[in-house]
Amino acid sequence: MAEENEFEPVIVGFFCNWCTATAADLAGTLRMQYPANIRPIRTMCSGSVDPVYILRALLGGADGVIVGGCPPGDCHYVSGNYKARRRMAILKTMLDTLGLENDRVWIRWISAAEGPKFARTMNEVTESIKKLGPNTLGKDWSI
Amino acid sequence: MERYATIPIGNQGALGAIRQFLASLLEKKLVDALLVPLELPTGDNVVPTIVSSPEQVQAANPLAPVMPVNAARLVSRITMVSSSPDRLGVVLRPCELRALVELVKLKQASLDKLLLIGIDCHGTYSVADYGKFVGESSSPTEDFLKRVRESKGDPLLRKACQMCEYPVPMCADLTLGLLGANLDKEILLVAGTSEGERVIQELGLEEAKAAERESAVSGLVAERSKKREELLKQTREEVKGRDKMMATLATCINCHNCKTACPLCYCKECFFDSPVFEFEAEKYLGWAKRKGALRMPNDTLLFHLTRLNHMVASCVGCGLCTEACPNDIPVSDIFRLVGYEVQKLFDYVPGRSLEEELPLTTFKEEELPDIGV
Repeated sequence: MAEENEFEPVIVGFFCNWCTATAADLAGTLRMQYPANIRPIRTMCSGSVDPVYILRALLGGADGVIVGGCPPGDCHYVSGNYKARRRMAILKTMLDTLGLENDRVWIRWISAAEGPKFARTMNEVTESIKKLGPNTLGKDWSI
Repeated sequence: MERYATIPIGNQGALGAIRQFLASLLEKKLVDALLVPLELPTGDNVVPTIVSSPEQVQAANPLAPVMPVNAARLVSRITMVSSSPDRLGVVLRPCELRALVELVKLKQASLDKLLLIGIDCHGTYSVADYGKFVGESSSPTEDFLKRVRESKGDPLLRKACQMCEYPVPMCADLTLGLLGANLDKEILLVAGTSEGERVIQELGLEEAKAAERESAVSGLVAERSKKREELLKQTREEVKGRDKMMATLATCINCHNCKTACPLCYCKECFFDSPVFEFEAEKYLGWAKRKGALRMPNDTLLFHLTRLNHMVASCVGCGLCTEACPNDIPVSDIFRLVGYEVQKLFDYVPGRSLEEELPLTTFKEEELPDIGV
């Protein structure tokens, strides 16, 4: 059980309809638990997640963002996840270069069959963001 | 393979020789018009101008160390709706040419019927500094060339220019070669394409060898690269980390001037000018309630970070975003810093080649093993 004052992060999840969102369903069907810290948003493809949405979430108060897509080679739209990977590489490089906590942004490949991996990953990301603590950037009035 | 010819200077000076060369392009109908920087009648600025008469071209001054706009944006403006019906020569600095190549790849400009004339670049001053420089000098262009020859590190040069490691045009049909040329005697004309060679032939210019050019270029590139390391390090110290980043951007008023001046911000309608950013009053009040206060205009950091994400892979480092900022935010320093890392990641040099695909429009199946597992 969580202690009363324990920090509960808000983590926005952008999950691809064909893989990761389906894996979330499977995790549910399998009665596997994952933390309620995740606020899932279903997108049609990880390649359709413009970094502006990730930044918007982070600057708007989310403590972390996780993008879930089909494993490389398995994209429903052939190459969306490869493009997502490049976008995320640029986003993470930028955040890292500017010293803005790039480890608050995650991307994971979780196929429709990987319900257990979905639950495990959501636990991992939640634990990791808990360790990082609150995202102060998103709480600043002056940005 | 590059071919070289020389433009003799005689007693008219380097600028006179360049003007004569440009006029001869028009006279011999090798081009129907030129987009070239022209001296304004007031004399204190030089602005890109479409010139079709050989007489008018006598006011051209591509040597003046000032770049009020990145002319790639103008070439895009001219050719975006339809490509040029007549042959248009465009005289561009290396960063303008590189930006143009990026815009062509972004389908925002067409090279049809264009003759790309590049010019070696010793760097530029801010518009204000150039105006002052002209006011204090009786022959500013000659004085500038003298400064280039004599001094190491002109203090008036914009920071972006001091650290620009691409002083030589890439992808040009013809280059007006100043580096390694004896500017008392001649200017080197470098043909980079068969089109460029044809122009040299038509003009009947004498073929030449460019013995000094290579070492002059590599010397300048080495000097600029060293300066780049130094300035990037300085920028890193100034902006890296949450608090420094916020302090750097603290005076941003969200005017979007940097976006307007940027030759590469390519969206026809910017996301940030779209209805997505028109919110109801309750939204603003809600944010203020959650954070305790909300600075207005809001979303300044989001704007800069998103713009970085969207086009930093193509940033040519012309530095005009910094020039455009009313509050002197070093936008270009941030772009150069992030651009350096991002471009390194994809081994991409903006404007290096028309064939190289933009990093965000392509991918490799096996790459970036650290991103996603």
